Amino acid sequence: MLEKLKELGVLSPRKAEDYKKAWYKFSRNPLSIAGLAIVILVVALAILAPYVTPYPHHAGFFVDYDNANQPPSLAHPFGTDQFGRDVLTRIIFGFRYSLMMAATVLAIVTPPGVILGLIAGYYRDRWPDIVIMRVADIFVAVPPLVLALAICSVLEPNIFNAMMAVSLMWWPWYTRLVYGMASSLRMEPFVQAAEIVGASKFHIMFKEILPNCLGAILTKVTLDAAWVIILGSALSFVGLGAQPPTPDLGTMLSDGAKYMPGIWWITVFPAIAIAVIVLGFNLLGDGIRDVFAAEAH
Amino acid sequence: MRLATYLAKRIGYTIFVLLGLSILIFTLARVLPGDPARMALSPRAPEWAIEKLREQLRLNEPLPVQYLYWLRDVFSGSLGESLVTRRDVLTDITEFLPATLELLLFALIFDVAIAIPVGMLAGRKANTWVDNLVRGFAYIGVTIPAFVFAIIFLLVFGYILHIAPVVGRLSPGVVPPPRITGLFTIDSLITGNFSTFVDALSHLILPSLALALGPIAQEARITRASVVENLNKDYILASVSHGLPERLIVLKYLMKPSLIPTVSIMGLDIASLIGWAFLVESIFNWPGMSRYGIIAMLRKDLNAIVGVVMVTGLVFAIANILVDIIVSLLDPRIRMVERAK
Repeated sequence: MLEKLKELGVLSPRKAEDYKKAWYKFSRNPLSIAGLAIVILVVALAILAPYVTPYPHHAGFFVDYDNANQPPSLAHPFGTDQFGRDVLTRIIFGFRYSLMMAATVLAIVTPPGVILGLIAGYYRDRWPDIVIMRVADIFVAVPPLVLALAICSVLEPNIFNAMMAVSLMWWPWYTRLVYGMASSLRMEPFVQAAEIVGASKFHIMFKEILPNCLGAILTKVTLDAAWVIILGSALSFVGLGAQPPTPDLGTMLSDGAKYMPGIWWITVFPAIAIAVIVLGFNLLGDGIRDVFAAEAH
Repeated sequence: MRLATYLAKRIGYTIFVLLGLSILIFTLARVLPGDPARMALSPRAPEWAIEKLREQLRLNEPLPVQYLYWLRDVFSGSLGESLVTRRDVLTDITEFLPATLELLLFALIFDVAIAIPVGMLAGRKANTWVDNLVRGFAYIGVTIPAFVFAIIFLLVFGYILHIAPVVGRLSPGVVPPPRITGLFTIDSLITGNFSTFVDALSHLILPSLALALGPIAQEARITRASVVENLNKDYILASVSHGLPERLIVLKYLMKPSLIPTVSIMGLDIASLIGWAFLVESIFNWPGMSRYGIIAMLRKDLNAIVGVVMVTGLVFAIANILVDIIVSLLDPRIRMVERAK
């Protein structure tokens, strides 16, 4: 793959060498590889959900009371829920919603968060810094979950609005991260040099400062994927996010909680599923961080 | 004196942030699509009832005017009427807040009492089986969200093993202690009612532990990392070669600097405690402000939502100021920098 890109001239030979080195560092830690494997597996299952699940028609609205509340068996490895739907099938479809939530929120939030952080860091102690960072402070004055709950509560409860609510309060974390890095990078000799030779502000922000922040941003995106998934499942658990019969992991948890402790499998397997995705993204994020941290030294 | 000016500055800034937060949450609650009055009643409510509620919430006024009315009410000690309880939101919150504070307090006690010793131990025994065991548990603690712990605890300890009660603050039939602080454990101790104290404490264990496990895992990892770093420093080697007793080295010279990163991260962990309390209280039927907030959110009770968010912001701000003070007490260098400014 790398060789091909090099031949096509997409990657300079030096860049390709860098990627190879980074991959070597990453692959030496078995935990990072485990994280990558979990994430790839979850993504693959989510994409192929209709083909790999035993009962794809159980994902949405479906009722089969004859088979309701069956404990785990060969036919239903994770049992069936109160409507007779296969829990394993619904968990795999649930991965779709979790990943979609994470991908959408992070795609919406990262660019404006990063750009605002760059601007504030570049204009440190001048009015753009003061305005942007004060507004960011207001958004982080309440724990993220509380603000997301409050925003969701005044909207129609559905998964789209849950994504919008989480996006609306997530950008300041990127702004703060990039602000910290940009405001110190701004004083580095290479930035000063670019400034002296007359580079534009745009060039300095995006070509000099931003490339040096990418490692930290990538790490944060990976770790945040886990956070957004947790947050999304918490919102639908409360009833302010995805609604039944959507096979969302949070909705499944709250549905199942009513039938505890007798019919434990409806709740316990989605709970394990959430933990597995979160673990995967955490291990992957830690691995990426180690690669970039080693480079910085 | 230094601390006083620092505090004055922090409090001033906190007031600014809270004002900003009030504008943000107030605007969001009213600008977002949907008619709050219609949502609060039912879709089939008669038009006149909706109009009356709109009048009462002043929804017909322009937004800035609504906000100024709200702000005026806040300064005269009112957060507006709750649509669910038909009382002033401030009255509701003062009734329910102590239960939440008690839960958070015990979660913090668990957090500090477990995370720091475990982190110190793992750091001193770095790369042994003890360290690996702690690392394994820490990964579990970080990856499982608090509300999932809450459900699991409810199932395993409450319903299967019957180790601790899982509903509310007191067992049925137990009379709550006279309200002094509103924290049942403290009030029952003050009035000397020991059996009530034990009952209140047993109700606190599972919900506060479910809340605390995430922060415990995070802080144990951070304490471990800074202990490992400090153990390799020259001053520790010097104290060892001077023949100082190990207890003294560990408890005095090693612990103090190692706790600075831990306490600093606590500010963020308190955010997660406060946030997850909203779900954990609902799961354990804990009659606190957070459960009240969730009910308000599900019922579209605008005044209560705004009130709960604001009080949450206030609690969070106070907790962060306290964390800053503790960090500055632990680290004289930070005080020196403040002085230099």
